[in-house]
Amino acid sequence: MSVSIWIIPVIILFVLLIATYKGVPTYEKFVEGGKEGIDIAVSLLPFLIGMMVSIAIFRASGAMEAIITTVEPVTSLLGMPEDILPLALVRPLSGTAALGMTSELIKTFGPDSFIGLLASVMQGSTDTTFYIITVYFGAVGIKKMGDALKVGLAADLIGIIASIIVVTILFS
Amino acid sequence: MVALERQGQSLDGAGGMVNIIWSLLAVVGIVFAAVNGRMEAVNKAIFSTIDDAIMITLTMMGVLIFWLGLMRIAEEAGLLKGLAVLFRPFVQRIFPDIPKDHPAMGYILSNMTANLFGLGNAATPMGLKAMKELKRLHQTDTASRSMITFLAINTSSITLIPTTVIAIRMKYGSVDPTVIVGATIIATCISTTGALLIDRYFHWRRTRRGEV
Repeated sequence: MSVSIWIIPVIILFVLLIATYKGVPTYEKFVEGGKEGIDIAVSLLPFLIGMMVSIAIFRASGAMEAIITTVEPVTSLLGMPEDILPLALVRPLSGTAALGMTSELIKTFGPDSFIGLLASVMQGSTDTTFYIITVYFGAVGIKKMGDALKVGLAADLIGIIASIIVVTILFS
Repeated sequence: MVALERQGQSLDGAGGMVNIIWSLLAVVGIVFAAVNGRMEAVNKAIFSTIDDAIMITLTMMGVLIFWLGLMRIAEEAGLLKGLAVLFRPFVQRIFPDIPKDHPAMGYILSNMTANLFGLGNAATPMGLKAMKELKRLHQTDTASRSMITFLAINTSSITLIPTTVIAIRMKYGSVDPTVIVGATIIATCISTTGALLIDRYFHWRRTRRGEV
């Protein structure tokens, strides 16, 4: 899809043109906002090292293979590549765990492989339902969450299925 | 959103489930390797992965610095606010229970635009303020209709540019790291639409049962 090549440069162009027109000190604001990126990346490091090492042990030991072979009949019935299943299961539980898994999948299979592309899209198009529910409901003291969890998990499932279908159509 | 998880709040919402998953992966792996004689591979994997995580973080730092820098400019230029105005009529239809000029609407719109541009750090405080306003509209400890809808939108994650994923793809030498942008937007739109439809269905079911 050549449209993807255009999206980021066009956003940059658009933002800079409008900001300059409005008299925003663009470069100064860029530097100011960019500093925040350092903090985010640094604080992600322990999460990534922890989760990626744990998954790497699991994969290198052969345990991942054993599990994947066991669930293969189920995943192939759903038309889902079996290697993606652990990511799909963890995605609603923990964002950093999922990020670790996505990195590991991209590393193992390559960023431009089908699995690598699928992991990328899945990571980007779903979110950590349990985390959001805990933080948002916890902050305002909601104890009875009604259908929120069901709706959130259903949204995750739709996101996962949509990722598989979209990646299959666009890239294979 | 990954950035959410670094705000000193609980790391995972599933009641400590991530601790169990994390430990289990390593413990089962090491036992499995001991039985199958693959300890050498495991040992190698541990140290090469630490190296990988550092390199990913560095690449990610670069992408994040650039993106958050650009987004700061967009914010100063009033672009995020402008977008919120653009979305308002649409969002009002999604939240029919919120009065037109109620502050909750403003916070919901800011939360959505921040999420759209991958600004998790800006999105969470706005989201929490939105929840507080929604609670004022509905003084109980039960989740209101609008709260459930708001959560549905947040969990289905509307993202325009998945910055962290692009960084990981760059690190592993992708021919085109941003090739997934279009696919991610399509998948996100489908899951958000789906989430809203399911949310409406559940609301309809509650109304039919007379729970509301």
